[in-house]
Amino acid sequence: MIEYVLELDDVTRVHGSGDTAVHALRGISLGVLPGEFVAVMGPSGSGKSTLLNVAGGLDVPSGGSVRVEGTDLGSLSRADLAALRRRSVGYVFQDFNLIPALTASENVALPRELDGVRLRDARRDAEAALAEVGLDDVGDRFPDELSGGQQQRVAIARALVGPRRLVLADEPTGALDSRTGEMVLRLLRARCDAGASGVLVTHEARHAAWANRVVFLRDGAMVDETGVATPVEALLR
Amino acid sequence: MYGYQLRAEFEASTGSTWPLNVGQVYTTLARLERDGLVEPVGVSDDDEGRVTYRITDAGRAEVEQWFATPVARQGRPRDELAIKLAMALTTPGVDAHRVIQTQRTGTLRSLQELTRLKAGADEKSDTAWLLVLESMIFQAEAEVRWLDHCEVRLGAYAAPAVPSPAPSSPREVIR
Repeated sequence: MIEYVLELDDVTRVHGSGDTAVHALRGISLGVLPGEFVAVMGPSGSGKSTLLNVAGGLDVPSGGSVRVEGTDLGSLSRADLAALRRRSVGYVFQDFNLIPALTASENVALPRELDGVRLRDARRDAEAALAEVGLDDVGDRFPDELSGGQQQRVAIARALVGPRRLVLADEPTGALDSRTGEMVLRLLRARCDAGASGVLVTHEARHAAWANRVVFLRDGAMVDETGVATPVEALLR
Repeated sequence: MYGYQLRAEFEASTGSTWPLNVGQVYTTLARLERDGLVEPVGVSDDDEGRVTYRITDAGRAEVEQWFATPVARQGRPRDELAIKLAMALTTPGVDAHRVIQTQRTGTLRSLQELTRLKAGADEKSDTAWLLVLESMIFQAEAEVRWLDHCEVRLGAYAAPAVPSPAPSSPREVIR
């Protein structure tokens, strides 16, 4: 049996009701395997961010089910859902969302501390996660002492600290210049190649192309996906 | 330099993106010699008797001129995709949105492969090859952005712009 890290099954999300109902998601089914990096492309208003919020348990679907590492989010109590999010799901946002009063290392350790892990272990996990994104030397610095690219790498380290295996990224390169943005995508790709699972929401084709698979959303529905990649030889004519 | 070396140099700097036939290289060298842009400077001592060429002053000026001149984009005789989209709009029964999405998915696949090649290239030793790859990447990206734009332009468009063959046959609204 295929073990999806994230599995959306016929997910719908409706805001409001009756004539004024807005169908943000219409029957989305999507499975993300370990090591897979999936990009979701679509214009604004197509449901990309709603999809990511539903996948991470920040929003509740109106129909269908969302499973993270096999657990149906709909079956969980509020407290259990929060615990699963802390343990399994990391978010990366356009504006980094680091806590300014905490050092890089403390930011990365926070989800572990909140999960009740001993401080020393949380710090050790944070250092390992920072080393994996190539930032072993800036753990003691505060976010405003880091460049935008470094802050986003800290955010990726936080997203994948400890046992977390699923990173959900919402336009993570939006605030960065093109070279730094590319570095962030290379890093996300590398973390997925190392076994994590990633979902990237973007409207930029050049960024989506770092993913193994690209799915297209229009008006809340999946209209197409790239599926298996074409061989290189077909391109270089 | 002689022909084989020229070919090897060209392919090395463009990552073998456009493989050259060595015959092509020799006919081109012969034309360049005819036009006074290169000149033969000797024949190798080995059995192969390869002719070595050197660029002339006129040739160097030509190269400088080439680098100084932008490439004309209208040089492409036909843009099949633009023609296809234009025809999709005017051909009854063809869903232009579908044509756009099919192309977008195809272009994204190409973009993924190019990105994979780029991810595997070495930033320092493959700089020339990376420039070629990125040229293709940005062209593919531009195509996707143009397709996005076409889709927005067609947003309000619900039925083919051509008149229905008969008013009595209701046409399904195409999305």
